[in-house]
Amino acid sequence: MTKVNVYVTLRESVVDPQGVATIEALQTMGYKEVENVRIGKLIELEVDGSVADIDARVKEMCEKLLVNKVIEDYRYEIGEVAGK
Amino acid sequence: MKFAILVFPGSGCDIDMYHAVNTVLGNKAEYIWHTEANLDGYDAVLIPSGASYGDYLRPGALAQSSQAIVSLKEFAATGKPVLGVGNGFQILAEAGLLPGAFLRNKGLKFRSGRTKLTVLNTDSTFTADYENGQEITIPFAHEFGNYYVDEKTVEELKRTNRIVFTYADDNADGSTADIAGVLNETGNVLGMMPLPERAVEEIIGGTDGLPLFNSILKRWSENNVSQA
Repeated sequence: MTKVNVYVTLRESVVDPQGVATIEALQTMGYKEVENVRIGKLIELEVDGSVADIDARVKEMCEKLLVNKVIEDYRYEIGEVAGK
Repeated sequence: MKFAILVFPGSGCDIDMYHAVNTVLGNKAEYIWHTEANLDGYDAVLIPSGASYGDYLRPGALAQSSQAIVSLKEFAATGKPVLGVGNGFQILAEAGLLPGAFLRNKGLKFRSGRTKLTVLNTDSTFTADYENGQEITIPFAHEFGNYYVDEKTVEELKRTNRIVFTYADDNADGSTADIAGVLNETGNVLGMMPLPERAVEEIIGGTDGLPLFNSILKRWSENNVSQA
């Protein structure tokens, strides 16, 4: 079994209203050092690791469904899951 | 004229659409479940609002994996009219039939009510029965109504007259360039966040949505008379 973590964030050019609300809360709480907050999501996939070309297939999944490139950027990590 | 109403798990306003077409307009609409999706014999497709697939992943995103959307793309390519409202607009954008994408409302809250729109293009299949610059009042209800397109696309949309509705005085959700409704390149696909099917009878508070449906009907009869 191979584990894939896909990290999705809003593009830099897109205003992130949740991030804006969160930075205001953090600063109100005294964490004045916080300069920017962007809220994204983590998508965990468990994939049959024997599939050839897993990297290309994950990229395809991201581009076709998991990520909307009009508003989002992504990166992913592919790693083995021990004991499965 | 025969309308297909696409229904996905979680669609909520399909019955409003059905009522508008069958009862108010006296035409024929039929529900098409997303797994059936045979659009042969229909003259127009309506994609209702609601929250298909619970808005999981992104609103409208999961609907694009359905057979209905495969058929819809073929249908749209023939030039016949396709109208997506609310979540239907989000589905059309996610499926790549319209430009842009949707973000959570600027104020982070679900909002609903009535909003004033300005009609900017009265040459389209969907707006011929309005007056240019006319202000209309249409209900809306959304949490992801914050329409986003990049600057380059906005310029292109303006240049090609594809922005048909803008928010006249209340763009509280933050849509780019006040956009409330846009057309595709060929002008036969319209997406809009406000819900015209909820404004077709005085008894429910107004009829400003009626000209939109009448425009579709009129264009259809013109085409069918000229072909006969």
